[in-house]
Amino acid sequence: MTNSTLDAPPARVPAELTPQRGRWQRLRPFLPLVALVVLVILPYSTISLPGIFEGPVNSPGTLQLLAICLIFGGLAAGYDLLFGRTGMLSFGHALYFAAGVYGTDVLVTRAGLPLWQAALLTITGGTILAALLGAVALRTVGIAFAMVTLAFAQVGAILVARDFGGLTGGEEGLPLDVSGLPAGLVGVTNTVNLYWLALAYLTLVVFVVHRVSGSPTGRVLAGLRDDERRIGVLGLDPYRYKLVAFTLAGGLASTGGVVYVLIVGGASPHITSSELTLSLLVMVVLGGPGTRWGPVLGGVLYMYLDHRLTAFGTSDAVDNLPAVLSRPLSQPLFVLGTVFILAVYFFPGGLTSLAPRLSHLTRALRPQRTPPG
Amino acid sequence: MGTVILLALTGLGLAALYFLVASGLSLVFGLADVLNFAHGLFLGVGAYGTWWAAGNLPGAGPDGFGFVLAVAFGVAAGTLVAILVELVLIRPLYSRTIEQVLVTVGLSLAGVALLQATWGADARPFPRPDWTRQVTGILGAQVPNGGLLLIIAAVLVLGAILAFLRWTRYGLVIRAGVENREMVTALGIDVRKAFTLVFAIGGAAAALAGALGGVYFGTVSPGQGSSLLIFAFIVVVIGGMGSVVGSAYAAVVVGLVQQFVNYYGTSGLGDICVVGLLAVVLLLRPQGIAGKVATA
Repeated sequence: MTNSTLDAPPARVPAELTPQRGRWQRLRPFLPLVALVVLVILPYSTISLPGIFEGPVNSPGTLQLLAICLIFGGLAAGYDLLFGRTGMLSFGHALYFAAGVYGTDVLVTRAGLPLWQAALLTITGGTILAALLGAVALRTVGIAFAMVTLAFAQVGAILVARDFGGLTGGEEGLPLDVSGLPAGLVGVTNTVNLYWLALAYLTLVVFVVHRVSGSPTGRVLAGLRDDERRIGVLGLDPYRYKLVAFTLAGGLASTGGVVYVLIVGGASPHITSSELTLSLLVMVVLGGPGTRWGPVLGGVLYMYLDHRLTAFGTSDAVDNLPAVLSRPLSQPLFVLGTVFILAVYFFPGGLTSLAPRLSHLTRALRPQRTPPG
Repeated sequence: MGTVILLALTGLGLAALYFLVASGLSLVFGLADVLNFAHGLFLGVGAYGTWWAAGNLPGAGPDGFGFVLAVAFGVAAGTLVAILVELVLIRPLYSRTIEQVLVTVGLSLAGVALLQATWGADARPFPRPDWTRQVTGILGAQVPNGGLLLIIAAVLVLGAILAFLRWTRYGLVIRAGVENREMVTALGIDVRKAFTLVFAIGGAAAALAGALGGVYFGTVSPGQGSSLLIFAFIVVVIGGMGSVVGSAYAAVVVGLVQQFVNYYGTSGLGDICVVGLLAVVLLLRPQGIAGKVATA
């Protein structure tokens, strides 16, 4: 890259292609790799970040929180394959995640299968389930599709809550029987392995989603999002492509469930609730649908806030406020819901749209200088 | 025989509840293309409004005219919230459907959390008139009066909505708007007024469902709205979106199936059968039982 291209006047070039700082620009493709390396070596650090985490970074509690955040970053990225990249508004994505969680738990705890078999069976089962239910739900489009997927997910919630056959433990949930698991995945001291597993899951989802959206299939999916009829006119079958995306996203979600159950050490019925799917939607929209890193950021941030706001809500600072303020603030969902509504109004592109907006702002505020060199 | 009649009537009571929620959803969906997730919130506001009024509003109480006043207050509160939601949140995002849905999703999360923050997560006993706790003997079945009250209310609401849609000018605009919004707009009619009106009607019906549902269940809790909402969604899809009459038919079918299967099969099986029914309807007739062929 020569200096002349870097020094081209910014006004002529679209904002996203504008070279802002030469050195940054050249490093940018490697940023995800750097982030990955930082995340991999993070458990070796003993830094304490008071106010952000309860204990030092390498304490099991913090690592578990981080692992859950990473899982949801991956889940949100997988959900974005449907919502942001294909334009399918599914309200039943929690079902496939829950299938992964409960499938693994039931097969390990009740049937006594080794973990790898249980995981394999669960992921296969979750993917087949997504294919079957998707085949029915995709007969509708748009809002009706959302309602139908929601109804299917509700069956999962009912099955789990009513405890058919005594498999799921009903409202109590089902703790994971750890006796048959590999030793490296059990116990507080091994939380770091689970953290790496979660990181591996996130990496897998991001890799798969990016590969798919960069492939010809991904271009068809983007076409479906923009104008489904046009894809039909081109002679491609929209139904088949949508089913592929739906099945793939379902499979990724069940894989996430397998990792999640290991981290949390059991299954509880709240993960089957429609609230979880709505949360996934909130994550994606907060982060920026259809963008490379938005959904991941949204998922991580949402889960972090959800956990930390509970602690924040019961903290002294909030308790000392008048009841009119302290009561709503002690509800994480109130805060998150409000933030979400504001985000829909004021940041339609989510968090990732903030960077270009801010750079426009700073560029407008900065006095015009002639480029050096 | 008594059991069958009892199940049929309690099933119809449940159907009445579904219809009250689904009618508003269906109209809002048909006209504005908005899947209103905040509809459960209107129900919650109606229920808590009635509950609050019965304890605090002068002249209102759990009995006689006081109860009517309490319900009226709850319905008014639900309607007001619905109108505010439409004016403040939905209208600025006019014809940006997905964003409108997203806003209602956020509102449903925040609103339920707010109800929970104000009145606690636990179910509260609902102030119901004594006569609704009693039973009436119908053809050898002892039917709870609360259920009968719901059925009567739902039939009245159905009649009122149909009369309004059929014989008033605004009803005509709404009917035409559900059929083809662009055409109505092109004729120079302000569809947005119709939106507000439809939200108000839907909010009032949902709030009434909340108040009478409180009587039916005996308790009120923040999550009640969202669990009813999912079955109301199913009713709307089966009935054909935008069709009030379709919603009524579908509500009856769903309520009866749920009640009978839950009784004769395992508890919870009825709920699953309802979703199975949804899948069958979608496979055979994706537009719903009363929907037009052109819409999905």
